[in-house]
Amino acid sequence: MLKSVIATVLGIAAALGIFASPTQAQDTLAKIKAKGVVVVGIKNDYKPWGFLDPTGKVVGMEIDLAQEVGQKLGVKVELLPVIAANRMEFLNQGRIDLIIATMGDTPERRKVVGMVEPNYYAGGTNVLALKSAGLKRWKDLAGKKVCAVQGAYYNRRVTQLYSPELVVFPAVPDALNALQGGNCVAFLFDNTLIESTLAGGDAKWAAYEMPLVSEDPQNWAIGIRLADLDSPFGAMMKALSVEWHKTGKLIELEKKWGIKPNPFLTAMHEKYKGS
Amino acid sequence: MAGFEDFFRWLNDHYGINFSFFYDSFDRDRLLLGIWTTVELSCLCLVLSLAIGVVGAWLQGSRFTLLRRVMQGYIQFFRNTPPLVQLTFFYFAVGGLLPRVADASGQAVPLVSSFGWAALSFSFFAGAFNVEIFRAGIEAVPRTTIEAAESLGYGRLKAYVYIVLPLAFRISLPALNNNLVNLVKTTTLAYAIGVPELLYAAAQIWSEQFNVWEMMNVLLVTYVALVGVLVWGMARCERALRIPGYDT
Repeated sequence: MLKSVIATVLGIAAALGIFASPTQAQDTLAKIKAKGVVVVGIKNDYKPWGFLDPTGKVVGMEIDLAQEVGQKLGVKVELLPVIAANRMEFLNQGRIDLIIATMGDTPERRKVVGMVEPNYYAGGTNVLALKSAGLKRWKDLAGKKVCAVQGAYYNRRVTQLYSPELVVFPAVPDALNALQGGNCVAFLFDNTLIESTLAGGDAKWAAYEMPLVSEDPQNWAIGIRLADLDSPFGAMMKALSVEWHKTGKLIELEKKWGIKPNPFLTAMHEKYKGS
Repeated sequence: MAGFEDFFRWLNDHYGINFSFFYDSFDRDRLLLGIWTTVELSCLCLVLSLAIGVVGAWLQGSRFTLLRRVMQGYIQFFRNTPPLVQLTFFYFAVGGLLPRVADASGQAVPLVSSFGWAALSFSFFAGAFNVEIFRAGIEAVPRTTIEAAESLGYGRLKAYVYIVLPLAFRISLPALNNNLVNLVKTTTLAYAIGVPELLYAAAQIWSEQFNVWEMMNVLLVTYVALVGVLVWGMARCERALRIPGYDT
């Protein structure tokens, strides 16, 4: 009896992965080259960084960056759509080799994943709201229902500072649908996505605006496993990021995808141009 | 109290085991609200789905063909589609068509909130199963018992309320238990439309604190406890309602 109980408990524990050890530090660069494929976690709901074109193919600025990485490595690129809430787990479990998915570079996240420097983009926080909602200041959000997306770094900060009633959805389209359905007064997100949504010229956003002053500027970084940060793979990614700023590749892609010129990219280009 | 919080902070700093809700009041409030919302949603759905089951089973035996057909249609629709699909359909498709009403601050808000849609949709979903469970119980009541009631002058409704239902309910209890346990677990789907229930709260916490492992365990333990309370209550109910000599 006792034996079978112990066996059952051990079986459950094993099934739950309690005994699973974290991924061992390995030479990721050599592994990717041996496999001939690099798996990149990207967004497919974040126009124009990563989104589905009418034929159902994932395209966007970050997809182009992923292809650049593949070219540099001389391997094929496999794209795996991720969301904010699962991308870091996917990376640490080894399902993807790197994250290029509009990921903000925060101190908390740096404990979990390696952030490739220099950062390749920067965004801020703002809201998308009906013009008729009459929002003027961040304080106007107090007590109102505000849609957001799970796992975004600014959810907590905005809730603590301005106490809106956040209604958080798993993905961007769900939250946008809820906004259009009147389930919330505003949609809390990166100013970059809001700008490109409004600039897209879609009639259904004609009555909407980005009424507040963007806050809390945040750099975006490519994420790799912490163990890879000081490996040849990490060094290669850092060099590639420097190269993108130096050659103006990022500014060129920004223009290609119709994103409003970002002062961050101009400043970084100036900084690395002479190096 | 401070010592308690310090212990969990120390546990996080030294061993990376992060039960953030024990020392971070923001996370604690979120988790408590999550547990409360789950309990509230579960209780509401339990009561509503039982009411639907009782009334629905009665309508199923109605003399009017149209009523029986409508009941059948309802059961087929809600039993044959996944609850997550029903929920998103109600919230995004039906909710958008309903008129808006003004709330306290004069803002136009939807008639039914996300919590309201979750409660309605899960009640209808579990209710469809409850109708069938009660029907099985009703059909197990001996025909002779109903005839005896009729010969004593009971009408259809009176016989249903006083004779058939009390017996059928006892027969249905084990199957009902199963369905209600499933109902409590189904409330996690409300997460998809932003109802701040337990899974939602846990997901908010782990996407900020990256303590997926800890929160998963908290989720499991909490649901085992919640469902445990329900099963215990139902078992007591079953024992209390037992008729000596009527064991089948």
